[in-house]
Amino acid sequence: MDRLQAMEEKGSSLWRDAWIKLSKNYLALFGLGVIALLCIVSLLTPWIAPYGYEEQNLMLGATAPSLEHWLGTDIFGRDMLTRIMYGGRVSLMVGFIATAVALVIGVLWGAIAGFVGGRVDAVMMRIVDIMYALPFMIFIVLLMVVFGRNILLLFLAIGAVEWLTMARIVRSQVMSLRKQEFVEAAYSLGLSQWTIIRRHIIPNTLGPVIVYTTLTIPSVMLLEAFLSFLGLGIQPPESSWGLLINYGVETMEEYPWLLIFPGVTLSLTLFALNFLGDGLRDALDPRTSKD
Amino acid sequence: MALLDVNGLKIYFHTRDGVVKAVDDVSFSVDSGETLAIVGESGSGKSVTCYSLLDLLPKPPAKIEGGTALFDGEDLLSCSLERMQHFRGNDIAIIFQDPMTSLNPFISIGEQLIEPLIYHPDKARRLSREDASKRAVELLDEVGIVDAPARFNCYAHEFSGGMRQRVMIAMALINEPRLLICDEPTTALDVTIQAQILELIKQLQQKRDMAVIFISHDLGVVAGIADNVIVMCEGTVREAADTESVFYRTSDSYTKRLLAAIPEGAKTMANRAEEGQPLIEVSHLKTYFNDYSSPAARAEKRQVKAVDDVSLSIQRGEILGLVGESGSGKSTVGRSIMQLVPITSGSVSFNGTPISGLSSSQLVPWRQRMQMIFQDPYASLNPRMTVYQTLVEPLLYHGLANSNNIEQQVQQLMDDVGLARASMRKYPHEFSGGQRQRIAIGRAIATKPELIIADEPVSALDVTIQAQVLDLILDLVERHNLTMMFISHDLSVVRYISDRVLVMQRGSLIEEGKTETLWANPKEPYTKNLLSAIPLADPKSERERLSS
Repeated sequence: MDRLQAMEEKGSSLWRDAWIKLSKNYLALFGLGVIALLCIVSLLTPWIAPYGYEEQNLMLGATAPSLEHWLGTDIFGRDMLTRIMYGGRVSLMVGFIATAVALVIGVLWGAIAGFVGGRVDAVMMRIVDIMYALPFMIFIVLLMVVFGRNILLLFLAIGAVEWLTMARIVRSQVMSLRKQEFVEAAYSLGLSQWTIIRRHIIPNTLGPVIVYTTLTIPSVMLLEAFLSFLGLGIQPPESSWGLLINYGVETMEEYPWLLIFPGVTLSLTLFALNFLGDGLRDALDPRTSKD
Repeated sequence: MALLDVNGLKIYFHTRDGVVKAVDDVSFSVDSGETLAIVGESGSGKSVTCYSLLDLLPKPPAKIEGGTALFDGEDLLSCSLERMQHFRGNDIAIIFQDPMTSLNPFISIGEQLIEPLIYHPDKARRLSREDASKRAVELLDEVGIVDAPARFNCYAHEFSGGMRQRVMIAMALINEPRLLICDEPTTALDVTIQAQILELIKQLQQKRDMAVIFISHDLGVVAGIADNVIVMCEGTVREAADTESVFYRTSDSYTKRLLAAIPEGAKTMANRAEEGQPLIEVSHLKTYFNDYSSPAARAEKRQVKAVDDVSLSIQRGEILGLVGESGSGKSTVGRSIMQLVPITSGSVSFNGTPISGLSSSQLVPWRQRMQMIFQDPYASLNPRMTVYQTLVEPLLYHGLANSNNIEQQVQQLMDDVGLARASMRKYPHEFSGGQRQRIAIGRAIATKPELIIADEPVSALDVTIQAQVLDLILDLVERHNLTMMFISHDLSVVRYISDRVLVMQRGSLIEEGKTETLWANPKEPYTKNLLSAIPLADPKSERERLSS
C-alpha cells in the first residue's frame, strides 16, 4: 500500500493532473470523442465508404438524401457521404499536419527568441517580420511552381506561413516569464538553459498556445479550400471539406444538401476542437479549480 | 454625530467555493479632524470595508448584506449612482497603495490633477482651465513638489515613488474632501520617504480639519498618526479603542500577537561567525547595466552603475545584513555573488576560489554550495509544478538522491521547513504566502548549501507570518550550519537577524559594523537618517518624532 502511494506521488505531474481534470470535463471529452471518431472514420474510409469517390452516375444527377444515398448525391451523381468521408481525410490531414508544423516551429522559435533576447531576438524576429511582409499567396504559388504540385508540400507551405503568429505569441509570453523569480531560482540551482526552457518556460506558455492552436486548425482547413479553389491544392475528383463547401455554395439554391452536410461536418469539427482546446487550457492550468 | 458612522456593515463574497464573509458586522465612526487607523493582516477585510464606502467593490461577487454607513447623515451604501459620483472625489477621496499603477502614464500629472475641477459633475462648481491649473500648481506646491509650475506638465514616470505618492495626495485633495481614505499609502515606499509622507498627511489633515481613515498592516506606521485604532481579523473587529489603549493596555489576544510579532530589539542567537578564511570574499565588485530608459541614454550607451566598487567578506557561520533603500544596488550585490548577473569588473571568491568569470557549466558544482531565497513567494515558484516537483528538481539535478530515497528526502525537507507532508502534491497557488516562502526556503536548502543569500525574504509577508518565517530561517541557519547574507530594506528585521550589517547607498557601501554597535552609534548621516525613520510601535515616541 505504501509502495503504491509512493508510485502515485512520483507520477504526479502537470500532465497527469491535467488528464485527471480533463476526464471530469464532459464538454472537452465530447470534443475529444468527436475528433477521435472523425480520425478513425477517415483512416478507414477506403474500406468502409459505401461508394468510390469518383463513381459517377450522370443519369442520377443531384438527388436529395435517400436510403441508397444517405446524404444525397451531387450533380454528377456522386455519393455525398463518400465524398465527405474522403474529403475529411484531406482536411483533417491538412489541419493537423500544417498546424503541427506551425506549432513546433512557432513555439521553438518564439521561445528561443524570447529567452535569449538581445541580438539573437532581434535577428529572429526580423526574419518573422520579413516572412509576414511576403504576400503568402505568391510564396505558395512559387513553391508550387518550383517543386510541382504535391499534397505534402501544400501542408508544409501552409505550416510555414502559420507559425509566424505562434512565434510572436510565444515570444511575448516568454519575455515576461524569463524575468520571473522562479526562472532566476532555476538558474541559481545550476540548471542549463535548455532545461529551464523545457521545464519552466514552455509549460507556462501552454494556455495561449493551445487556444491559438485550436483556432489555427480550422483556418488552415479553410486556407486549403481557398488554395484548391484557385487550382493550387486538391483537384477534383478528389475532394476536401473546403472544396465541397465551395461547390455547395454555387448550387445552394437548387441543392441545399450539397452545402449543408459538408458545412455541418466542418462546424462540428470546429466545435469539438474548441471544446477540447478550452478543456486542455483549463486542465493544464493548476490554478483553475479542481472540480 | 460623527462625520462618518458605519454600523453593522456586512459584506459577503459569493464565490464558487461558497460564501466568504469578508466583512462581518463592522462598526466604527470618524469625525472631522480625527484619524482612524484600521489595522489587520491580508484578508482581514480592512480594504473591503473602505472600498464599500465608495462603492468600489466588484459586485458580484461582493454583496453588501447589511448595515449602514452614514456620511453626514446620508447612507452611502444605499444611495444612487449619481449621488455616489457626487461623493467620490468631492467629499470622500482615496489614496491607493501603489502610486505607479494609480496614475495614468499617458496623461501629464497636471492634466490629471485638473480633470476633476474642469469636468466637475456640478456645473456651477466647474473651473476654467486657467483657474484649475493655478489651483493645481498651488496644491502640488503644498504637498511638497519642488518647482511645481515646471513639474505640472511632467508624466508619472518622471517622478520617483515618493513624489508620485505626493501627486496622488494632491489629486485626492483637489476638491477639498472632508474624508480622506488612505489604503496602505506608504507600504510601497522606502522608510525615509514613508516618514515624510506620514508627516505630510498629518499636516494636511490638521490644516483642513479632515477626517482620515488610514488602512495599514503595520502597527508601527499608525502609532504616530492615529487617534483611534480598530484591529480587524477575518472580517470582524477584534478591538476598537484609542491608540494608547491599543498599544499599551490591550487585552485582546490577537492584538497582543500582532504587537509581539513586530521584530524588535537585538538578535538573541549567539554570533557563530568563525575566524579564518572567509567563505565569501568580494573585492572591488562593479556591476553596470546598460541604460535603456530613454532613447538618448540608449544612443549614448549610458550605463547605470548598480554596484560600484563594493568589497566585502562573509565569515563562515555569520549572518550578514545588507540594508539600503530601493535602487541602492543591494539586490544586485546578492545576484552578482550568485553569478546571476554578469559582473563588469572585480572578483567574487568562494572559500578562496574565484568563481566570477566561470562558464555556466563550470559553475554547476558551486551552485550546489550557494542558494538564494527570493522576495516574492508568488513569483519565485513555478505555478505549474507541484511542491514535490519543485523540491525534487535540485536533488535530482545535483545527483543528491536516487529513486529509492527521494521520497524520504523530500519529506525530510518538508518537515524541516514546517510544511505538512500531505500537501506534497499541491500546486503553489493552493498555499498562503508564508507557506509558499517555506517551499522556496525548502528548495534553497535542498542541495545542503553552505551559503544562502536571502533577498528580502519576508518583505511580502504579513507581520505575524514574517515573525514565524524569520524564526524558521534562524533555526535552519543553526541546524544546518549555514552562512547567510540577508538583504532587506527593513532595518528592524535586519537588526533582529544579523550579526553584522553593511549599509548601501547608490551602489556603494557607506558604513559597516557589528549590528548593535551600528545601532547605538551610527557614523554616517545617511545611516542616522535611516535609523531614525524606522516607525516604532510606540505612540508616545512616534508622536514626538513626527512633530519634531
